[in-house]
Amino acid sequence: MLMLLYKIIVFAPLLGCLITGFLGRRIGDKPSMTIATGLLFLSAILSWVAFFDIYNNKGIEPTVNLFRWMDVGGLTANWALKIDMLTGVMLVVVTTVSALVHLYSWGYMENDPGKPRFFAYLSLFTFAMLMLVTADNFIQLFFGWEGVGLASYLLIGFWYKKPSANAAAIKAFVTNRVGDVGFALGVMAVFFIFGSVNFDTVFATLADNSDRIVSFVGMEINAVELIAFLLFVGAMGKSAQFILHVWLPDAMEGPTPVSALIHAATMVTAGVFLVCRVFPIYEMAPVTAGFITVIGAFTALFAATVALVQNDIKRVIAYSTCSQLGYMFFAAGVGAYSAAMFHLFTHAFFKALLFLGAGSVIHALHHEQDMRKMGGTWKVIPLTYMAMIVGTLALTGVGFPGIPGVVDVKFGFAGFHSKDLVIESAYAAGTSAGVFAFWAGVIAALMTSFYSWRLIFMTFHGRHRVKKEVINHARESPGVMLIPLFILSIGAMAAGSVFHDGFVGEGAADFWRHALPADMHADPAPIHPYAAVGADHVDDAHGGGHHDFPLWVLWAPVLVSALGFITAWFMYIRNDGTQRRIASEGGPLYRFLLNKWYIDELYDATVVRATRWLGDLFWKRGDKGLIDRFGPDGIGKAAMAGARRLSGLQSGYLYHYAFVMLLGLAVIIALVFGTSGG
Amino acid sequence: MFDDVPILSIITFIPLIVALFLIFITHISGEDALEQLEKNAPRVALIVTTVVFILSLLLVLNFDPSTADYQFTETFTWIGGGIEYRMGVDGISMLFVVLTAFLTLLCIFASQSSIKSRMIEYMVAFLILETFMIGVFCALDLILFYLFFEAVLIPMFIIIGVWGGKNRVYASYKFFLYTLLGSVLMLAAVLWIYGYAAQEFDRPTTNIETLSNELDLPVGAQTWLWLAFFASFAVKMPMWPVHTWLPDAHVEAPTAGSVILAGILLKLGGYGFLRFSVPMFPDASVSLAPLIFWMSIIAIIYTSLVAYRQKDIKKLIAYSSVAHMGFVTMGIFVVNMQGIQGAIFQMLSHGLISAALFFCVGVIYDRMHTRDIAFYGGLVKAMPVYAFFMMLFTMANVGLPGTSGFIGEILTMIGAFQYNSWIAAGAATGMILSAVYALHLYRAVIFGEQSNDKLDNIEDMKRHEIAVLASLAVMVIVLGVYPSLITDITAVSVENLINRFNVATGQE
Repeated sequence: MLMLLYKIIVFAPLLGCLITGFLGRRIGDKPSMTIATGLLFLSAILSWVAFFDIYNNKGIEPTVNLFRWMDVGGLTANWALKIDMLTGVMLVVVTTVSALVHLYSWGYMENDPGKPRFFAYLSLFTFAMLMLVTADNFIQLFFGWEGVGLASYLLIGFWYKKPSANAAAIKAFVTNRVGDVGFALGVMAVFFIFGSVNFDTVFATLADNSDRIVSFVGMEINAVELIAFLLFVGAMGKSAQFILHVWLPDAMEGPTPVSALIHAATMVTAGVFLVCRVFPIYEMAPVTAGFITVIGAFTALFAATVALVQNDIKRVIAYSTCSQLGYMFFAAGVGAYSAAMFHLFTHAFFKALLFLGAGSVIHALHHEQDMRKMGGTWKVIPLTYMAMIVGTLALTGVGFPGIPGVVDVKFGFAGFHSKDLVIESAYAAGTSAGVFAFWAGVIAALMTSFYSWRLIFMTFHGRHRVKKEVINHARESPGVMLIPLFILSIGAMAAGSVFHDGFVGEGAADFWRHALPADMHADPAPIHPYAAVGADHVDDAHGGGHHDFPLWVLWAPVLVSALGFITAWFMYIRNDGTQRRIASEGGPLYRFLLNKWYIDELYDATVVRATRWLGDLFWKRGDKGLIDRFGPDGIGKAAMAGARRLSGLQSGYLYHYAFVMLLGLAVIIALVFGTSGG
Repeated sequence: MFDDVPILSIITFIPLIVALFLIFITHISGEDALEQLEKNAPRVALIVTTVVFILSLLLVLNFDPSTADYQFTETFTWIGGGIEYRMGVDGISMLFVVLTAFLTLLCIFASQSSIKSRMIEYMVAFLILETFMIGVFCALDLILFYLFFEAVLIPMFIIIGVWGGKNRVYASYKFFLYTLLGSVLMLAAVLWIYGYAAQEFDRPTTNIETLSNELDLPVGAQTWLWLAFFASFAVKMPMWPVHTWLPDAHVEAPTAGSVILAGILLKLGGYGFLRFSVPMFPDASVSLAPLIFWMSIIAIIYTSLVAYRQKDIKKLIAYSSVAHMGFVTMGIFVVNMQGIQGAIFQMLSHGLISAALFFCVGVIYDRMHTRDIAFYGGLVKAMPVYAFFMMLFTMANVGLPGTSGFIGEILTMIGAFQYNSWIAAGAATGMILSAVYALHLYRAVIFGEQSNDKLDNIEDMKRHEIAVLASLAVMVIVLGVYPSLITDITAVSVENLINRFNVATGQE
């Protein structure tokens, strides 16, 4: 019975995809949208049932085996649904946001002729994502991994007539493929070292292989470190971490519901999920874990700097996503997996909210995305405005962290609970990577607050910069779009405090069971070097261990957040026009940030051009200039003349050829027979 | 079921007999009858290939995958001098017979409407081709194999030469030149083996089973023989740098010709490596494996880059084929279960995917008579069904998990990683490059604004075209989700091959 539940959760979206995809044009828009959305809501409701079921059935972590996938010389992988709390959390995140995005799209895509196609892609994405999070082996995870990549490609390029959308879609797929090469090599290394690709089998034999040194492309490396590193390269691609982040901002070419679902709430968090899913590997790979911390922290910082100056409302949120993913990674890097998952969980709600809210603005303003052409719109779209405010409060982490020993309560929006915890765990790590991550996290929090409020002020406050005819027609979005905003707003407000205890608080051990280590720093027998250092700071078993942090550490994120708000207020409300002044004067730093550190230009000048150049070189100089010239073409005029004579024959009937053919055979036989007989 | 019936010979020779019959009738028919025949020839060919396909399926159903022995064997005395007519299949060759029968059937079916001239001759050529192709995979005698192996080229040569495009003369010349070179060397090697075996066994024999299991060739000779066979197989694969005949041949060949060329003929080389090079020259296969790996990795990277810059759809797919065959050669010569199973899988899977891609090209070529990428654009609007199939096969070509393309690539790479991580890492870059050229093609042809007026009235796929591509699509997905359909059949034979190889090379 229970098994059926999970099967329905995972396969209902697939069914929805197949029906809308193949029959969409026959059964019409409305029916296909109803079917896809209905099935997704079914999946979402059952996911919550499953979530509480996993929580209540403590200790039962079944794997639903569907059927055999691969079985080749000891390499076995099944299609299976692995059920534990990590899966449970991802199930509710994915299906809930997806269901709401399906609903929202009724309004957002109202006038689009390709509705069934759009819903089919959304459902396809959801199915692939669910296969990813339920995988019990690396290969199925890779199936989901690339499956969501396909869906992302299709949805970014949904408006296929736009050259920019097509380019962005290809960029996303190819950049992800670069990461996937790392992932695939990681899977190969896993099989090479452990003789299995199943998570449980690999983890069980992990300790025995922790000291193994392998040779990888000429380097002698610790096997577990190698695997950890290669898998993380995959995660860097999918989760848009620095150097492989370039595709995510461009992915905003896709319709906004897609940005909310795929490029904010779910797919891009797959990399974080991966690290958490295989956390035992990272526990034994301190070097790679340190690398993850640094990359995550740097991305958090880097993306925030770019977000400061962008003018496209979606790009700001996109860089914000990139930055928040960095937070999740450095949390995972210092061994605070549950904090990483907690931030993933809350982020899904408030970032989806921000994107859908931005979508609502864009929808109201006739697809205007440039914030310089907005302003003063809050009266026109008050409900959207409120939703965006909630989302911003959650993202900037507004809350009250308490004063140890004096006021022992803390409360705040969703992001407050998770982000502060992430920053604190970096502090607690006590390593140099951890210290870097801590400061990067704090500074990025300052910038997060600034760019978030800048977004709010530029979009909703100040003078009207909207064209007359646009603002006259602007009105609040329909109910199908506002209901998802409302539900996500509740999530953005409450998800942090409600789930704090389970994810990272006292109930964490019961909550995660075997899926994740519940105590982030208080492990009495730490395998993880960072956990050992962290343990010094925390003497009680409380997961977060808030009480032991210095006051300034607890308050730093909140205070910088306030500072960011004030700065933004001064620049965009008090002195309206600062923006234009900066933009027109345009110092080198401003241009550097506006152009996203010129990384796209760098890649274009190097990788992209080199690919084209090499392709032409090999083709024109290699194939034509060398091989053909000295090969077949160089055999000489005589041979060509022979060929011409041969071509004279080609006007004849087939039996002439048949005759020649038989003759040829006879010659060969005679040759063989003559030689052998003699 | 087939105990007393020479079923392999029946499957192999039915098409040839019907083809000869058609030629005979054409000769004795008058004008009117000839016209009638022109109409009926495709139907006859369709029936014949359907029968062959059904028989091949029955063959698989009766195939016992639990043994590595050759099955359905037949032996007749033939030329004499130890040369026998010997047929049989094992796990390695079994499914190639089915693939051949399947693709030939699809080709005949798809050609009904796209071929306008010399229908009888065209059908005859394809039927003869089918006989030779199946013959290659069933032959258990070295000489018999050689005859089929070389004879295959003749109908293919004719198909390109007669029904080909403008540059067909150059293309068939190039095709011929390359393969001739390989053939001559291989023939010399075959004759040498014949002589050597006659001495060793005190009786002449060309029985493949005996030669690979009992003949112990000296290491020095193995190297030369290996190289001679290699010359022939490498051209057929084709491996870099003897691949330049393929793009030209594809461009000039009619659609069905390309399908067979990519789907079956390219697999003859890989099959040859598995049937001869690895079991008969194991020591040379070890010492010369690095050569193969270099050529495979270069093929994957080099031809993928070249594919990216092509302006002709067929050339692009042809270059992509060379890259995909790189995975096959790499997988074969790491000689482990994942490597070889993956290589066989990759060959079968590529047989389906490349066939499908060439059918896809055929669909728009039949409508617009050009393969120029720049001519097209924005087809998705007028041809949504076509866009769907093209996307599916593009993704399969890119090796997306869930399609058969993934299984072959990941297995061969997993196999290669165990041997040497450099090779696996080199091959893995192909994952990026294949996405680059395949998505580039898709965008240029299917997406974008439709700016060419000539495409205004282009029709979406007709029912028979959908039938062809849908059947391939189903196969690609089914094998991607449940690859055991293939790997269960090949497993025991491959294991046996590897065991013998390890014993021969002293690795176990």
